[in-house]
Amino acid sequence: MEYKITFNHYQQGLEQGKFLGLTCNACHSVIFPPAAVCRECGSSDLTPTELSGRGTLRTFTVVRVAPEGKKPPYIVAMAELDEGPWALGNLINMNPDAADMGLIGKRVSLGRHMVKGDTYASDDTWVLTFALKDA
Amino acid sequence: MRQVAIVGAAMTKFGVSEKTNLEMFAEAGLEAIARSNLEPRDMEALFFGNCLGDFEEGQLHMASFAHAELGLPVSAPATRFESACATATVATRHAALLVGAGVYDVVIAGGTERATKMGTPLATRTFAMASQAQHESSAGITFPGVFAMATHLYAHKYGIPLKDLKRHMAGVAVKNHYHGSMNPKAHFQKKIDIDMVLGGMMVADPLQLFDCCPFSDGAAAVVVANAGKAKDLIKNPIYIAGMGQASNGPLYLQKDLTRVRAREASIAQAYKEAGIGPDDLDVIELHDCFTIAEILALESFGVYDFGKAYDAATKGETALNGARVVVNPSGGLKAKGHPIGATGAAQITEIVEQLRGESGPRQVEGACIGLVDTLGGDLGTVCNIILTNRAN
Repeated sequence: MEYKITFNHYQQGLEQGKFLGLTCNACHSVIFPPAAVCRECGSSDLTPTELSGRGTLRTFTVVRVAPEGKKPPYIVAMAELDEGPWALGNLINMNPDAADMGLIGKRVSLGRHMVKGDTYASDDTWVLTFALKDA
Repeated sequence: MRQVAIVGAAMTKFGVSEKTNLEMFAEAGLEAIARSNLEPRDMEALFFGNCLGDFEEGQLHMASFAHAELGLPVSAPATRFESACATATVATRHAALLVGAGVYDVVIAGGTERATKMGTPLATRTFAMASQAQHESSAGITFPGVFAMATHLYAHKYGIPLKDLKRHMAGVAVKNHYHGSMNPKAHFQKKIDIDMVLGGMMVADPLQLFDCCPFSDGAAAVVVANAGKAKDLIKNPIYIAGMGQASNGPLYLQKDLTRVRAREASIAQAYKEAGIGPDDLDVIELHDCFTIAEILALESFGVYDFGKAYDAATKGETALNGARVVVNPSGGLKAKGHPIGATGAAQITEIVEQLRGESGPRQVEGACIGLVDTLGGDLGTVCNIILTNRAN
């Protein structure tokens, strides 16, 4: 079994502004971020695809007590992508103190930002971001 | 499978401790062995829980040192379990499986944690290591943050104004601190009120300080024995009626965080093995790491329908002498404290004492069947153990 898209390959995609995922040839679900097998049906018959980068915000929080090395406050959110998968990332271009329940259901566009590694997770990582469409 | 019993259970006081992980574990372990009328040399294996010893004390491979601290024979293997906050319940389940299978007759299980040593920033960082590293903890998600996102989802999904939901969540904290006020082993033994909860500092919107359990130090241990032998050891063994354990992946695969699918799968296994349902439970120790977590758990168990448990505490249905079922008489993680590697064994200790009628002012009168529920990571591991004071 070989990964169709490794984490490293996915990261290179993010660097170029591409959201690389997989389509399951057995049940047609979209897998994002990429994985070895389809979460829905377990098939490893997968074809690389590129996601649209559009979705709907489903939930969020404002982190005010942060892990060592992070500067609060910042927003962590989950969005349902138009292709089906959910993704977790940071809601950006928004004052955290203005975040409220009204965000849920808002349309968002996907982006990415670089998060530097720390003592424990030494890899620098491209992390998903969400931005409100009308912002 | 042979029937399996708990013959001894003990915990240290939870809170802030000057003792080492090993010292705390030996205190709890030796007391559990003594309560079983056994000696350390009688233990055939150690199922040892610890999550963060490497960060707390620079100590890996703690199981073999815990084994030595207890004075167990060299022939008794010691194995470390790590399932984030569900660690000690998972360790105990595996102990019970091997006793049930006939591999061992008497073993000890439990865990220890010294979380306060790390301070809040490092503790928050290390706890976040139980989230998926590449896709989730890299975004700065914290454990309060996970349950905060579940809270917003819950309010939206069931159309409950956030302000109202938060008042009902505060009711969970008030109830569990009330229970904790009767538990001399609890980290916090003071009652609080709803205004205190709603006046606390914001940790992760909308969760405030009193919505969150503390970082704690402590240890707990249980002696697990073949039920056929248990009656010869002590007069009141507590029997394992059913167990369950299930796993789920990162948050982005779980999607709707108001439905803890690992818990739904785990409790189904435990109910099936025990041949009971939610209405049969007399007392529950569940994983209230955050106030919303108690609400989600009661719905997963089927004690309440989905979307209906949010006001259980404010209606007085889950408190001692409450109308429905007593939830977290120990004070729960909220007030008793949450030394993550030890928590599950402390929950078992509480249920064992409740089913023996030994819980003093917080005794649930006539309790016969109790449920232990422990959640690990961001809803990715759940382990359940149903205990009863009646032999098959």
